[in-house]
Amino acid sequence: MEGQGVSGGKLMIRITRKVEFSAAHFYHNPNLSAEENRRIFGKSNNPRGHGHNYVLEVTVAGEPDPETGMVLDLKELKEILQREVVERMDHKHLNYEVPELAGKIPTCENIAAVIWGLLEPKIKQGKLDRVRLYESADLFADCTADSSDGLGFAGGRA
Amino acid sequence: MKISMARRYRFAASHRLHNPKWSAEANRQLYGKCNSPHGHGHNYVVEATFTGHVEPGTGMIANLAELDPFVEREVLEAFDHKYLNEEVEEFQNVVPTTENLAREVFRRLATFPGARLERVRIEETSKNSFEYSGKE
Repeated sequence: MEGQGVSGGKLMIRITRKVEFSAAHFYHNPNLSAEENRRIFGKSNNPRGHGHNYVLEVTVAGEPDPETGMVLDLKELKEILQREVVERMDHKHLNYEVPELAGKIPTCENIAAVIWGLLEPKIKQGKLDRVRLYESADLFADCTADSSDGLGFAGGRA
Repeated sequence: MKISMARRYRFAASHRLHNPKWSAEANRQLYGKCNSPHGHGHNYVVEATFTGHVEPGTGMIANLAELDPFVEREVLEAFDHKYLNEEVEEFQNVVPTTENLAREVFRRLATFPGARLERVRIEETSKNSFEYSGKE
């Protein structure tokens, strides 16, 4: 924990909230031939689409408020995640039904970056530190604040 | 904002922690049951994290259709269902602790073209994990 936890003499805490959503997608780049698409994207190119249970971990860093003992109100974070992410993406087809992903291939990297863009302006207490999006237990993308060491959620470490 | 992508792979292998420079007694004392003479095994999990820019044409940092066969060839084929001490050349003279294993896996994966390997984390068991990011 060297160099962590203390910033300018103040206690910095990270809190993480997890939320899940299920969605369909497929990978296709319209600028490439059908054959090129199949070669690059393999079975993810199937035009009928396929789906995942996505797991999203959102980490906010900040100092606990001395009055409430909280970095931010987790109930409020839960509502933000529900409104900005779950309502937009849960049980949707990411290629067709999420305007923020229009024109982008809905890979884990691109979805995580869109989620970062949606959440960052909404976090008013503390600072968005990391967005980790699992497409499966074996594949995830991280977006981290430039100021972060990227460690985020301690529960992710065995 | 920085972005990275991580993929997890699995292999099963056996090893024995033993340094031939020391006496049998010193080895037993230092490595405990990990010094057991015929070796023992683990289900290892390798978590490889890559950074770089998200290629607009693919939406990816590293294309899994290229990364998966690369990891299969460079790491999994070499380590899976092997006795690390005797069947992996790099461990002939290096004790195959998971620290050293993380370093060796990093060395092998760092040659992946097109994305920068940021970190290798190896879970030896669900309780022990080791990370290496190329810095000595």
